[in-house]
Amino acid sequence: MAEPRYRTVAADLILVEPLDIFTAVFHRPSGITHLLSEPAPQIMEALVPAPLTLAALVQFLTQRFDLDAADAATTLQARLDELEAVGLVDRL
Amino acid sequence: MRVGPVGYRLGSDWRAPIAAIEALYRDYPKPDFADYTVRLEAEHVWRRWIRPSVRIGGDYRLPEAAPLPLGQGLLAAELGMNLQMALGHRRHLLLHAAVVERDGRAVIMSGISGAGKSTLALLLAQQGWRFLSDEFALIEPDTGLVVPFPRPVSLKNESLSVIPAGSRVGPLLAGTPKGDIRHVAPSVEALAAMDRPAKPVLILFPRFGFPAATRVLPPAESFVRLTQASTNYVALGEAGFRAMVRLRSTVPAIAFDYPDGPSGVAAVEALWAAL
Repeated sequence: MAEPRYRTVAADLILVEPLDIFTAVFHRPSGITHLLSEPAPQIMEALVPAPLTLAALVQFLTQRFDLDAADAATTLQARLDELEAVGLVDRL
Repeated sequence: MRVGPVGYRLGSDWRAPIAAIEALYRDYPKPDFADYTVRLEAEHVWRRWIRPSVRIGGDYRLPEAAPLPLGQGLLAAELGMNLQMALGHRRHLLLHAAVVERDGRAVIMSGISGAGKSTLALLLAQQGWRFLSDEFALIEPDTGLVVPFPRPVSLKNESLSVIPAGSRVGPLLAGTPKGDIRHVAPSVEALAAMDRPAKPVLILFPRFGFPAATRVLPPAESFVRLTQASTNYVALGEAGFRAMVRLRSTVPAIAFDYPDGPSGVAAVEALWAAL
């Protein structure tokens, strides 16, 4: 089975307000405000141009941010699962 | 009666609470339209006469709320009016806060019960500030302005001593679930200006009874505190988020502790002067 590709919610379905280490994201379909901390907002941004597999996301983010490459896949998978659970990310 | 943008209709199974309300709200205008109804009801027909106890009814009610003795009927009416706002009001973003204004610029003081916001508002009103609200800050979603909602100030226990001489007050309500309570009507001037909104310029989170301290809140903390202080943020949906984001991003938020009333007033004045 092909590795799943993750995509972020359509831009017109959310309102994003960067605060400090947190980013407030209002999810229009549910009316729920999510308070995201790193690296969740960065994951969503990385998925804007095109859906990515976990491996491609790990490569993309470890090049740009101070992520421990050894743990990155585990960490990013956990965040992806959380974002998917609240409707901010889904998989293809 | 009308309080700012809100018209209330009150009904009661007894005459006494209505008489107390009429006396306390004597200088309030009559509403063109009653937005919310509050009813003070007997628990059972016979409880109108035997150990009369008041159940708070109205458009919105809390089924689990304990009834109050008839002697606390005014408190029941006040709680009922708050309840209609907290559960029903959608025209404004509501923050649990007291509000005062000077030169068209408003200070929002938010905090849990006991933080001293009512006492501070009353003390500041004696120092030339206009009193806008004791219980709720009403933020207009379209403009970000704070709309006056000048209900009587509810003072409790040791705060009762700050009531200025000559104020229009309700009866002393002793032994309520929150201790001894007395309601103080805002000044006639504050009521006459109840249709004049103000621009919020400072959000304060006061805390009474601690050594003087001041802390500027970082953006995320002030956002979270403000959403926690709002009774209808979730219900307003996107309008609530937009109003909250604007308020948070345009108005500085500061937490401050103060040991007593005079130092609280001095702290507000100093923070105001530093803007």
